[in-house]
Amino acid sequence: MVAPATLRVVRCGGSTLHGARAVFSADSYLLCASGDFVKMYSVATEETLRVMGGHADLVTGIQLNPHNHMQLYSSSVDGSIKLWDFMDGIPIKTFVVGSKLLALYALAHCEDSVFVVIPKRGERDTFQLVSVKLTKAAGQDLEAKELSVVLDGVDASPKRIAFGREGEYVASVKDVNLQVYFFKQKQLNRFSVSATKTKSGNNHFTCIACHPTEDCIATGHADGKIRLWRNFYHKKEYTFSTLHWHHDTVMDLAFSMEGTSLLSGGVESVLVLWHNESDCQRDFLPRLGSAIEYISMSSDGALCCTLHTDNRITIINSNLRFSKSIQGLIKSTDVKTGLVVDPRTKALVLNGEPGHLQFYCLRSDQQLFSLDIVQRQYIHQAGLNQADLVKVAFSAQGKWLATVEEREEVTDPELQLKLWFYDEETQSFKLNTRINMPHEDHITDMCFRNMDELEDDSLILVTAGRDCVFKVWVMVEDTDPEAQQSVSWSCDFVGSYHNYQATNCCFSEDGSLLAVSFEETVTVWDSVTWDLKCTFCHPPGKIRNICFGRLTCSKYLIGATDHGFLCCWNLLSCALEWSAHLNVLVLQPDPLSEHIAAVSWLSKESSLFVFKPNEPRPIYIQRNLCKEKIQLAAFVPRDEPETIGSEKYLWLRRSQLFFLTDTQELMTLSTKSLEERLTPSSKQLAVEESLAVTPFSLLLGKHRRQQSQEDIDLGKLVVRNKHEQDSPAVKELLHTPAHVLPSASFLCPIFINSLLISKENKSAEEVADEVEMESEKTEDDSDEERDVTETEQEDTSPMELLGEMTCKLSKSQEKELRKIRKMDYSWISAF
Amino acid sequence: MATYKPVVVQAFPKLGERITQDTVYWRGYKTPVQIKEFGAVNKIDFSPVPPYNYAVTASSRIHIYGRYSQEPIKTFSRFKDAAYCATHRDDGNLLVAGSEEGSIRLFDINGRAPLRQFDGHTKAVHVVGFLSDKYRIFSGGDDYSSNLWDIPSATEIVSYSEHTDYVRCGCASKVNADVFITGSYDHTVKLFDARTKSSVMTIEHGQPVESVLLFPSGGLLVSAGGRYVKVWDVLKGGQLLVSLKNHHKTVTCLCLNSSGQRLLSGSLDRHVKIYSTTSYKVVHSFNYATSILSLALSPEDETIVVGMTNGVLNIKHRKPEERKEKSRKKRQPAYRTYVKGRTYMPKQEDFCVSKPVKRVLRKYDKLLKSFQSSKALDAVLEPPIRLYTPEVTVAVMQELHRRGTLRSALAGRDEKQVNLLLTFVARRVIEPRFTPVLVTVADMITDIYQPVVGQSAIVDRQFLRLQEAIGKEIDYQEELLEVLGMMDTLFATFTKKRATYLEENKSNGLTETIETNMNN
Repeated sequence: MVAPATLRVVRCGGSTLHGARAVFSADSYLLCASGDFVKMYSVATEETLRVMGGHADLVTGIQLNPHNHMQLYSSSVDGSIKLWDFMDGIPIKTFVVGSKLLALYALAHCEDSVFVVIPKRGERDTFQLVSVKLTKAAGQDLEAKELSVVLDGVDASPKRIAFGREGEYVASVKDVNLQVYFFKQKQLNRFSVSATKTKSGNNHFTCIACHPTEDCIATGHADGKIRLWRNFYHKKEYTFSTLHWHHDTVMDLAFSMEGTSLLSGGVESVLVLWHNESDCQRDFLPRLGSAIEYISMSSDGALCCTLHTDNRITIINSNLRFSKSIQGLIKSTDVKTGLVVDPRTKALVLNGEPGHLQFYCLRSDQQLFSLDIVQRQYIHQAGLNQADLVKVAFSAQGKWLATVEEREEVTDPELQLKLWFYDEETQSFKLNTRINMPHEDHITDMCFRNMDELEDDSLILVTAGRDCVFKVWVMVEDTDPEAQQSVSWSCDFVGSYHNYQATNCCFSEDGSLLAVSFEETVTVWDSVTWDLKCTFCHPPGKIRNICFGRLTCSKYLIGATDHGFLCCWNLLSCALEWSAHLNVLVLQPDPLSEHIAAVSWLSKESSLFVFKPNEPRPIYIQRNLCKEKIQLAAFVPRDEPETIGSEKYLWLRRSQLFFLTDTQELMTLSTKSLEERLTPSSKQLAVEESLAVTPFSLLLGKHRRQQSQEDIDLGKLVVRNKHEQDSPAVKELLHTPAHVLPSASFLCPIFINSLLISKENKSAEEVADEVEMESEKTEDDSDEERDVTETEQEDTSPMELLGEMTCKLSKSQEKELRKIRKMDYSWISAF
Repeated sequence: MATYKPVVVQAFPKLGERITQDTVYWRGYKTPVQIKEFGAVNKIDFSPVPPYNYAVTASSRIHIYGRYSQEPIKTFSRFKDAAYCATHRDDGNLLVAGSEEGSIRLFDINGRAPLRQFDGHTKAVHVVGFLSDKYRIFSGGDDYSSNLWDIPSATEIVSYSEHTDYVRCGCASKVNADVFITGSYDHTVKLFDARTKSSVMTIEHGQPVESVLLFPSGGLLVSAGGRYVKVWDVLKGGQLLVSLKNHHKTVTCLCLNSSGQRLLSGSLDRHVKIYSTTSYKVVHSFNYATSILSLALSPEDETIVVGMTNGVLNIKHRKPEERKEKSRKKRQPAYRTYVKGRTYMPKQEDFCVSKPVKRVLRKYDKLLKSFQSSKALDAVLEPPIRLYTPEVTVAVMQELHRRGTLRSALAGRDEKQVNLLLTFVARRVIEPRFTPVLVTVADMITDIYQPVVGQSAIVDRQFLRLQEAIGKEIDYQEELLEVLGMMDTLFATFTKKRATYLEENKSNGLTETIETNMNN
């Protein structure tokens, strides 16, 4: 399928996981709202089993259906509530509410309604809690317009509303006010704490949780206190007690299933377990990595999980022991290191946890490992100035890694340059040299001289600093021949130019020339003698990026200035070859070809230009790449060159381009169409394969085998035109648990009809469709709807939903089902 | 989930000499014993047989010392004028010495009167020695001649007068009984074969040769003269291998250690340098009170004896190595309990229960882990840490500063504790590795305790001391900057002369010349 597909921007690396609290299903799966999707993880293996897509916008709440624990409600900003069968990843129903949904609550005693938070009509920033009546009508796509307001003036955050024991009351907090509404009495009680402002913050409410068996409400505050409210039936005689351990905002609270203990978490990244609601009995699980955003408990109380701000899920045993951690791309607050590709593993390397470097495997969407660079205890406290990683560079073969960490200090920054050696035995990087204060001011850029064949003895590292010099570091062997043979790094040369700050440095492809930009000027140095060869300058405007051309274009030097010029200088004639007016933010050469990608920022949209230095005309332009500013980009070499039909996209053949926006979204460009990207993953079949072997399945399997043999014998061509719709019906029938299926008399005609279609004409098919199972209809509709959302998205932005759920079946599955159908058909005819 | 990371105590590279195996080995000597001789000690020679007595030639006497004796066991004093170069024979039974009057005398080590006297030199004989066949003696004299003598008949076998200046040093080959070499003030070293009538090889040293040495293998020759020590390959026809210039005055004596792995050279600049014979780099050096004239190492490097120009004999004995055994005895039971059960290999059906390894944290780490800043600071201000490992104290202070709790940890202390803190700061603030942190600490202390200045005499005194220390340091830095400025001007004038320096290294194509810089 080499269709002339258009290039689309694809989001990868997963979205933020903290849209809503995670939900444990009854059979140890973990469900999580992740961007526009609902992800299902296996608690046992930490694997992503399923990605359920269908919502057109952020998912804001997920709740298990209280009446059927195999079903899940999800709400989204797009104004719809979906009911999923999460074991199969199939949407069962969609209820369109109409307005933005910001939180979702489902209660056991309310049979046919759920509670959502919606913005109040006509007013900005005011929200109300409403109950939505979910109609029982048949059909997949339903309108749910029957709204009744429960509470007014609630907060948009899902953490700030909680339902009391057996749904008797609902409590909501906003700013300094707590309101409790009793459903039966239809009574609304309001309480408030006097607003105080202390050093550690104000005492605004941040979260709320209700005791599962008693009349007790726990509220968390921004100053770190937890208040336990009792006796709130009375407007005046209520009481509260205070628990105080957190020194910063309490981010979330959760009661254990019996209500004997309370879990709280906050910025400190410590999970605190309060026993018996007393201030002195508490247990801690410290150093969870980053601030805790949400806490949720499994229904049997055996597990608890915390969602963290850096996109990580931690699963914790009931005895407060760390059990597992599910992590993809860790989103640190600021990626200072840039996107670097590890030459050894082809993993993307960037800031991970504070002080760590994460190696993120793009293919498997997994973190390979996290390297502790700073090696100091990170204190989770807001406003604390701690050392962080700012620069990373790899040598050509990935044998050496150079890192720079710094601590912002008003008077003098604390800087450390570390050089790490890859130890083959332990398969990890080992610290070789630590240099304190390599520069007197911040280091702006760092690069290795990449000499492929002479890696060992001629490796050179160059650092450019704001203290107006660039330094050349070389490896020196230990002088004593009888000491253990080791090498260390030391400074070899210090260069400067007119006392300007050095901003960028870059080696030419063969390593013979070093280009260092000093504010407005680019200087070119001989890398053997360290003589200044020539200078280039394109006033006005300081140099923002420089890079050398590669392969056939290695005689060119490209520079981008912050006055919006992209210049190309010829190193042979020392003259300006061409220049273009372009506000370039990112300049990234492809290591495997001559192409250079430049990302520009113009009037609130980023555009991509790909060009070769020897011609001023770009070979590819993509305007409106995304709405956000793109901070960083990197070419990642592909394992094998891709076959790309269109001449236009040849530059993507050998490497893939990744971007990181300033909202920390990782994106890439793909030529593949949507269907191709959504390959049927083996993971999806994992659940099915794990089913127990029953006599029925054995029988079925035998028939399948027979059938496939017949197929091979006859060499039949599989006809696949209009039966695609039928197969889900059969699948549904075979996979839905028996207790949720309609009566057999109802199903029989559908089933038979669906089997008959293969031999009948179109009209029969339509007849069959009318009496189709409702679940199938839901799916059809959802398919349609998804198409709509897709087109919409393509209208607004060419962004693609990664991992769009595969409701369609894979070819192999269809094949199998068709075989079953055939077999069964013969059986029916005999009947 | 991560475990607590202990405070990183920054390890700074030790300034000055680096501790290598060589420094450890060569430092393993006791404090020297000094013996005053009557004049400049021109030769020290160890007897090659146990108990390794050594003959010291100084003025007109030859003293024989025992291994640990402070007094000479025996004295040969039958010289009218100065005696030179008393040397033992390989079996340790005979001793030969030259003299100022030109005669060479042969002594029995147990006798008193000379057994033989060889007359023939017209001037002083500064060098004598046995050939390895034990029956012949070579000698070199100030009459420019090098002679060979037969011991039984006490007659001259052959006389070579090829040198054109005083012959002051020489040495016999241990491999070939006919070969010996002499070095002379005419800047040459000549290799003679007793079977031929003239010298076999002449090596141009370039300076008056003060000492020569043959490696036990006989293939390499070391000559010392002027500031240079040069190593020559005899088998390649006297090719220069290495030229060492590590002394800044004339090198007077050379010596190999017992294993032949190290070369020692003594010089008038009061240093003994020890070179590795594989890399020809200085691995260690000794410092002495006055200029060195002679040097000897006993077998097994048991004793280093150095003779000086002022007649002092400096003897260093090796420290006995017994301590190790003691510590091993102590540790044994602990090691066994540690190892107990570890060697057990689990079988296939065994179910392994692993116990998490408990990490032992230091006290300050425990306190920092539970965020007890003041107590952590107290813990590192305790005497053993504060006095012996100030880097730990400073590292904890830095960590507290990083956590933003340094001020509160420093505040609220009584007179005694403030006194302690200030003493520490005043003492350590001038150390460059601690300065950045301790300046902040000093700043905070003055800030916090400013209101109470004047209430306590002790604290006031400490403040004054701190001020004094910082003032001194500032003056010192200013001086250093001045020196730097002066040096810059000097270097600016030097840069033009770089080209000539490079030429010096040139020799013929195969020669590799290593110019090692002076260490001291």
